[in-house]
Amino acid sequence: MTPLGALFYLLAAVLLGAAVLAATRRNPVHAVCCAVAVFLSAGGLMAVLGAPLPGVLMAVVYAGAIMVLFLFIIMLLGLTAGDGPLPTGRLVVPATLAAATLVALFALIGADPTGARLLPAAMAAPAAVGRVLFDTYWLAVEAVSILLFAALAAALLLGRGRSGGRAQPTGGPAA
Amino acid sequence: MDMLLGVVVMLVKMAVVLGVALGLAAYMILLERKLLGRFQVRYGPNRVGYFGLLQPLADGLKMLLKEDIIPDGVDRRIFLVAPAVVAGTALAAFAVVPFGDGLTLFGHRVPQVVVDSNVGLLLVLALSSLAVYGLALGAWTSDNKYSLLGGIRGAAQMISYELALGLSLVPVVMHARSLSLSDIVAAQAGLPFALLEPVAFVIFIIGSLAETKRVPFDLPEAENELQAGFHTEYSGMRFALFFVGEYVNMVLLGAVTAIFFLGGWHGPFLPPIVWLALKVLAVPVFLIWTRASLPRLRYDQLMALGWKVLIPLALLNILVTGALLAAGV
Repeated sequence: MTPLGALFYLLAAVLLGAAVLAATRRNPVHAVCCAVAVFLSAGGLMAVLGAPLPGVLMAVVYAGAIMVLFLFIIMLLGLTAGDGPLPTGRLVVPATLAAATLVALFALIGADPTGARLLPAAMAAPAAVGRVLFDTYWLAVEAVSILLFAALAAALLLGRGRSGGRAQPTGGPAA
Repeated sequence: MDMLLGVVVMLVKMAVVLGVALGLAAYMILLERKLLGRFQVRYGPNRVGYFGLLQPLADGLKMLLKEDIIPDGVDRRIFLVAPAVVAGTALAAFAVVPFGDGLTLFGHRVPQVVVDSNVGLLLVLALSSLAVYGLALGAWTSDNKYSLLGGIRGAAQMISYELALGLSLVPVVMHARSLSLSDIVAAQAGLPFALLEPVAFVIFIIGSLAETKRVPFDLPEAENELQAGFHTEYSGMRFALFFVGEYVNMVLLGAVTAIFFLGGWHGPFLPPIVWLALKVLAVPVFLIWTRASLPRLRYDQLMALGWKVLIPLALLNILVTGALLAAGV
């Protein structure tokens, strides 16, 4: 096994272990820490596979921004660990769905004759990734960003409550 | 043989970078205390060694010998690791910071950077955004309401200003056409980006003041309302690690400002490394001067400045830069 191969399996093991821990921790802050480890090792995996740009974006966006937001909400609401054992009953449906998706994904890769071929090692330069994203697939990228924007606007609308009045801004000069 | 040589060169480079970064950070504390003393018409530390030059050593020794108190009710593992996250992320970012065009030693070309990554700029941003965890987790685990308030403020502040900081660097990348720090310096051989992109430069400086949580943005540790904020419960060397992180961050900020906006080691007459050192040191002196001059912002003012002024301005700046570049000016 090459050193990079060893690194790949090490990172993959860390990723899987941290993912299991993130799903089973009763303490929300511990779960967030495990999720951060998941995203960092996923970023590392991408870098090992020859795509440093998506890897580092994984660290900036998911580990560095989105999970900080999770932590912020947990701290703001003062959420504490739940009592007793893990409610495994609730996990059955999502776990089945995730397993089915995984099986379907492997089946699709297996059905595609090119899926089994070993690709030569390659290094994706940041500019090449950018060209694929914003040139080849620009329509999909724009569609996703409009979707995200719509979700943001909807969240704002829902968050303002049904009374129709302006929500009280937090802080303000009087606060 | 070549591989062994590579490993040795890499180890030497890491030792030099770590030594310089930590040494500068230690003396940055002395510089800050001396300058603040002068700004407030007093002497500052002058008892330990000539001109107080041994003060950082005395402080370090004192901190190491102090008892490391772990309060009841803290989440032990997280409490122990949090300060190291702050200091570690700041030190790790130096790995991608270049210090020159490269040397030729015994016929071998040695680049003056630990890792010349083609995504170096993003790595610096990633590590600075991971530093929030040290602060937020340290605050959450302390089991103290002042710490928690400081941590919540810190997390919100750093998420908000990271956006402005990242957006202010987009024009730099547009001009340099690369995310590699060496390429960004090479692109400033003529004109430094501070002159080419003054708006981005100002946004970057304000954003990084907020990222380093220094006055006027030091709300996470606002002493007169939160005791010491997120590090209230820490003592001994763990308390000092938060400060190591802060001062290493100031040096790092000087280095990245020099590289992104001030032309790196380019400059007339003086040797390149002297120019780089001057630029790297000018930024912390500016930060200290700001601390001595400005009062602390109110929390809502801080958020309003970030979201309503800096981010829209940074976006507009990107549009204008893009239009000018597309028009071929």
